[in-house]
Amino acid sequence: MTLPTLLQQTAAFLEPYEFSPTVLVVCVACAVLYHRGRRKVGGSLGRAVLFWIGLLGMYVVLQTHFDFYAQHSFFMHRLQHLVLHHLAPLLVAVSAPAAILGAGLPDGIHRYLVTPLRRNPLLHRLYWTIQQPLVAGAIFVGLIYFWLIPSVHFYAMLNVPLYNLMNWGMAIDGLLFWWMIFNLRAPGTSDVRHYGYRLLVLFLVMFPQIVLGAYIALASHDLFGIYAACGRVLPITPLTDQAIGGLLTWIPAAMMSVVGGLVLLYRWNHQNRQADAVPLTLGCTR
Amino acid sequence: MSRFPHHLIPWLLPLLLLGCSGDSSNDWNSNNITGFMPALQFQLTNENGQAVTAEDYDGKITMMFFGYTSCPHVCPVALRKLAAAARGLGDQADEVQILFVAVDPKRDQKVLDEYVSNFTPELVGLTGTQEQLKKVTKRYRVAYSYEKPQDDGFYVVNHSSAVFVFDAQRQARLLIDEQANVAKITEDLRHLIAESAG
Repeated sequence: MTLPTLLQQTAAFLEPYEFSPTVLVVCVACAVLYHRGRRKVGGSLGRAVLFWIGLLGMYVVLQTHFDFYAQHSFFMHRLQHLVLHHLAPLLVAVSAPAAILGAGLPDGIHRYLVTPLRRNPLLHRLYWTIQQPLVAGAIFVGLIYFWLIPSVHFYAMLNVPLYNLMNWGMAIDGLLFWWMIFNLRAPGTSDVRHYGYRLLVLFLVMFPQIVLGAYIALASHDLFGIYAACGRVLPITPLTDQAIGGLLTWIPAAMMSVVGGLVLLYRWNHQNRQADAVPLTLGCTR
Repeated sequence: MSRFPHHLIPWLLPLLLLGCSGDSSNDWNSNNITGFMPALQFQLTNENGQAVTAEDYDGKITMMFFGYTSCPHVCPVALRKLAAAARGLGDQADEVQILFVAVDPKRDQKVLDEYVSNFTPELVGLTGTQEQLKKVTKRYRVAYSYEKPQDDGFYVVNHSSAVFVFDAQRQARLLIDEQANVAKITEDLRHLIAESAG
């Protein structure tokens, strides 16, 4: 393959398959806010790198021809959700971007939009509820199961609004879940939320994913006929496609719990050491 | 501790949803896609090389299938099945039509006319430029791709197996999958004809 054709093919791949102004605007807005915020308040380079990889990952799986393959191959679809729901949100949440994004917001938006929203009791209550570790864990697993119910999956792959709802839901829920895991301050409380509780939730969400992934990977018939109906674009048999998709739901997805747990343990340990050194700072972990 | 059961409720949600997902009473043998897919619309060329749009095929129940004329197995089987289902309608056969969208124009264009005449008079052969074909396949969320040519120059085209059924008002109604049998398809078509008559 010559260089010009390679470049041409790469450029064609990077073009959105189904252009979404919403995804573009949200991603660009986050990028601008983060850039502005970091110039104001600084922050470690390592965390910035994690944030950028996470944001770019979400954009790439939604707004390039990656999405074309995700629509026409089960395992690519599972890979897309692995990035949207596990990998990219984990990276973004580990980078703890809230303070930096907040600093990047213009003062007007802060005063007239963000502050009233934060003070809204209804929103506060809703956020508090869905950020309870067990509730967040249940939603996290529940969404994976829900969209993989064969009849639901059928319509989600056929109908554009449903398809977008599924992907947006995965991305937002992923951010909320991993944010709950790594956010040191529980919403509405001032104490340090116990690490053990969040470790337990990470542990608990692993098993339903293993069960579902194994069930799909080891199934002896095609569970998701929609891919045959709409045409597989990669030269792969239906059962191989399904087995790889199941394995992606089973192993890397569950592994993310282990990765998250390791980060949490590291921070816990770090915090304990800090607490031992200066006992008075225990309550102010920001 | 009193809040604990409350927290557990969401964990039951997947089970509840699974329970709801069982097939509810469905009048159709095929998958009902009413409201889920866009109406019939395309710009292609017919078997005589003339430019046509969906309006040219107005007023009939339409079954649309994507394939290619060199297709060794799937397409002939599917087209024969659809032709048989239409024949099963007897007098009402002329109220349905089958649109065969050939997605391999390089090989299809020359032979399309002869190919479709082998099946049934209700069958219409359509093809187009890559751009036109990409547009119509994207609209119905189906895909096709070409595999590498073999030594004798033959290449396989990966394509969809679904048949989309539109009513006489060009609204998407049903998706017939590969497993459907002729009698069930005929039954669904009869149902659609009765609906548009009544």
